[in-house]
Amino acid sequence: MKITQDEVLHAARLARLKLGLAEVEKFQNELDSILEYMDMLSKVETGDIEPMSRSFHVTNVFREDEAVRSQDRAEALLNAPCHKDGVVVVPKVIE
Amino acid sequence: MEDRILQTARSYRRFDRSPVAEIEALIRTIRQDKTNSFITIDEEGALRDAAAAEKMLAHSDDPLVGVPIAVKDNICTRGLATTCASKILAGFVPTYDATAVKRLKERGAVIIGKTNLDEFAMGSTTATSSIGPTLNPWDLSKTPGGSSGGSGAAVAAGLCAGALGSDTGGSIRMPASFCGITGLKPTYGAVSRFGLVAFASSLDQIGPMAVSARDTAVLFDALKGHDPLDSTSAQREYPQMGLEALDLKGVRIGIPEEFFSEGLDPDVERSVFFGISTLENLGAEIQQIKLPHVRYGVAVYYIIATAEASSNLARYDGVRYGARDTDAKDLLDMYLETRSKGFNDEVKRRIMLGTYVLSAGYYDAYYKKASQVRSLIARDFEEAFAQCDLIAGPTTPVTAFGIHDMVDDPLRIYLLDIYTIPANLAGLPAISFPCGFGAEGLPVGMQLIAPHFREDLLLGAGIAFQEWTKFHRVKP
Repeated sequence: MKITQDEVLHAARLARLKLGLAEVEKFQNELDSILEYMDMLSKVETGDIEPMSRSFHVTNVFREDEAVRSQDRAEALLNAPCHKDGVVVVPKVIE
Repeated sequence: MEDRILQTARSYRRFDRSPVAEIEALIRTIRQDKTNSFITIDEEGALRDAAAAEKMLAHSDDPLVGVPIAVKDNICTRGLATTCASKILAGFVPTYDATAVKRLKERGAVIIGKTNLDEFAMGSTTATSSIGPTLNPWDLSKTPGGSSGGSGAAVAAGLCAGALGSDTGGSIRMPASFCGITGLKPTYGAVSRFGLVAFASSLDQIGPMAVSARDTAVLFDALKGHDPLDSTSAQREYPQMGLEALDLKGVRIGIPEEFFSEGLDPDVERSVFFGISTLENLGAEIQQIKLPHVRYGVAVYYIIATAEASSNLARYDGVRYGARDTDAKDLLDMYLETRSKGFNDEVKRRIMLGTYVLSAGYYDAYYKKASQVRSLIARDFEEAFAQCDLIAGPTTPVTAFGIHDMVDDPLRIYLLDIYTIPANLAGLPAISFPCGFGAEGLPVGMQLIAPHFREDLLLGAGIAFQEWTKFHRVKP
């Protein structure tokens, strides 16, 4: 196996996903066959080839530092599952 | 029917039918349709916009005025639910239009509804949608392809005059191929991504789908161009897209041997070779080329796309929009419960794969390596386009397959994108249009790829091809 159950659980924890035991095994098998397929890349000679992260060359894109209207607060809160007094409410974080 | 958008525009101006009557008739048809192409039908909004379009018709010759367009449900529409076919976005109603939608509306187009997709556009079958699979209008037991399968099926079934899809690794071209229609993935940066729910930001593009290349050109003309709200949209001036056929005399078309390799269905191969010989008969010069690194495309793609997705989908946490698990005892528990209940297995698999390849100790072996091989693939295309003007090949290795086939084999489904992924990795524009039918009478698509920002060549070649062939006129 290219990926252990502990590594599956670690990735799930980092990604904020909760997995049942059966799921851990299922994802381990599926991820394993995908990672095994990806092994073909290790055979490609890449030396000091520049990694590509954008499909064409743009550097920083600046705009004038002028305030423009974006969403107002009431509108931004329309989709929040829970809000009160103009702010989003979440379960208590600090005891 | 040859062109649906242009024909609708002509019928309005001959007073054969009004936009309101057209929309009313279409909504009745959609409600009886069996393909499950739509997630949301916007009857009220469409009728209101159609009524406004009737006034516009008097003083506009724009072919989009009053024309019904469907929009993939991962593209934001103001006041109209946008779900990405995911439970996690239940109840989400965007407060703004995506720039692509805004531009269509400004041209007078009527948004008739939102189409089905694989959850978060992750898939090639439209079967991972939370509302269930879309069925292919050519054969209801088959998949329309994905992830823009709802848009593909809706266009093929005549439920709209044209549609928007999005394409990260082939999600416009594959359903276009499976549904016998034309679909264009524009150059990265040609169409604004503002309002497109992000999957893999360095690969995603919105693009048009329609029954003909000419209709596709009409839509692309409205969509293209710089948008200050998307900093990756290209700052350049575009000529207006012509609706004329490209004169193929002397146009050099490269055929990559890597696109005719193991796994290609013989029916698909035969139809694509017929398509290539048609282009040759129209004057094109056919030449063999090599793209030695495209065979690594799928491996590169499923590292880069999942890495970007794992980061992009971190925003679905139940705080600012969408569903929230309300039984959670603390914040961490709320994240875990909301995300675990909200995402399907395919989305979870990709988020975990992306998280894994970016995690400490694996970054260099996977993400960095993949980004380097991506450079080599882009370089292959640069070298190829020094010798030829266009590249031709199949869109997909097979025709539409059963909706329940391959569901348990994610890798096999990933490999269906083998011919479409390279254009996304290199940021190149590519088109798929029908070039024949396979043994079961299902459509076959051929793909053309062009240098950056040469959509005019793709659309012009498609129009030329469709002036000489009838595949695009055959209806399911």
